[in-house]
Amino acid sequence: MKAVMREEFSRPLKAEQSRESTDALLRELVAHLRQNRTQLRGEWARRIRDAQLLTAMSEEEVFAEVTSVYDNYVEALETGTFEALQAYARNLSERIIPRGVETREVLGIVLLLRDLLARSLFAKYQEDFDKLNQILDAYEPAANRIANTVAVGFVKERERIIREQQEAIRELSTPVLQVRERLLILPIIGAIDPQRARQLTEQLLRGIRTNRARVVVIDITGVAALDSSVANHLVQTVEASRLLGATVIVTGLSPEIAQTLVTIGVDLGKMNTVGDLQGGIEEAERLLGYTVAPAREAAIQQS
Amino acid sequence: MEVPILKQHHYLIATVQAALTDADLLHLRDALVQRVGKFRSRGVIVDVTALDVLDSFASRTLRDIAHMIRLRGADTVIVGIQPEVAFAMIQLGLNLEGVATALDLEEGLAFLDKQTESRAVQGRPA
Repeated sequence: MKAVMREEFSRPLKAEQSRESTDALLRELVAHLRQNRTQLRGEWARRIRDAQLLTAMSEEEVFAEVTSVYDNYVEALETGTFEALQAYARNLSERIIPRGVETREVLGIVLLLRDLLARSLFAKYQEDFDKLNQILDAYEPAANRIANTVAVGFVKERERIIREQQEAIRELSTPVLQVRERLLILPIIGAIDPQRARQLTEQLLRGIRTNRARVVVIDITGVAALDSSVANHLVQTVEASRLLGATVIVTGLSPEIAQTLVTIGVDLGKMNTVGDLQGGIEEAERLLGYTVAPAREAAIQQS
Repeated sequence: MEVPILKQHHYLIATVQAALTDADLLHLRDALVQRVGKFRSRGVIVDVTALDVLDSFASRTLRDIAHMIRLRGADTVIVGIQPEVAFAMIQLGLNLEGVATALDLEEGLAFLDKQTESRAVQGRPA
């Protein structure tokens, strides 16, 4: 009982002490890195070149980036705050991602720097093994966190770009087109997920409103597969359009899609389906009261 | 708020001006079903352009109105459902099944003209 109590009592004290000594060691470490800045930085740039990392960039560019990464690195070690480094990593990623720099390379150069600095610490403290041990204890967690921050920043930036591009593709991929007065077509190409289905419906409803459409042809020739949730979205789109007074004709259901729909038992009874886009447009013209005939035939009929 | 009902030749036009309470809706239903007989109307248009929301009670009442008026020998068309409202209704499973809808008043009138014309053709003596 007594022993337990004493241990509990002494633990916070120990932690306090060790934090203080870690701070002191980190200060010493930072001083060392500042002192040997030119040499270590040059060594790092050389190693990057040897490892054939960042080949998309010229030597001067690599050197410039190396300098600022090095300074940011030392600063993060010194202050223990990572915001500046995070911002820098984001900024760096923004610049180098369009040039085709890969995650592997970014991680590679940060780890190179980590190892390089560790080696220089070995060289400096090789006489005093205890001191080396302590200094590595202080250095390693901080260095790992820096590597982590930079790599995560890079990946996040990449993900952000991918998301933006997905958004752009989505916007581009759902045009609502007017072919005749009162007649819209909506060609759908590619995979439909629930989010896209939703956006598609919204766009179509807005299109019906602005173009005063009475008939809409939705062509899904370019859709490879439909599952039950997407099929239900399609049914919902048809019903919502009907509430706005428009009739929907769905065209271009592939044999595979027809089979899946029947197999999973989606109720398409309310849907008006026609084989292909041409047939769909012809049907729509019939509904709207258009008759389309070649010019010569029409002339003969008239005379 | 009461919904004004205008008589326009063979048709009755009810234009909803603001959000309706359940009581207003029932009142509208009763008034329409009564007047369709009184004026011997052939069609009824309910214009909901001003509504931002159509909940389940409103949808059901609109459907009831359409069915009751059919029994009274006339056609009903709901016009002016906003795109956002339509989308929300479908999400909630309110699809106004069996009720005619049209984009706006003009389309609704065109629909009723066609509808009554076709009925007149059917009813013509041989």
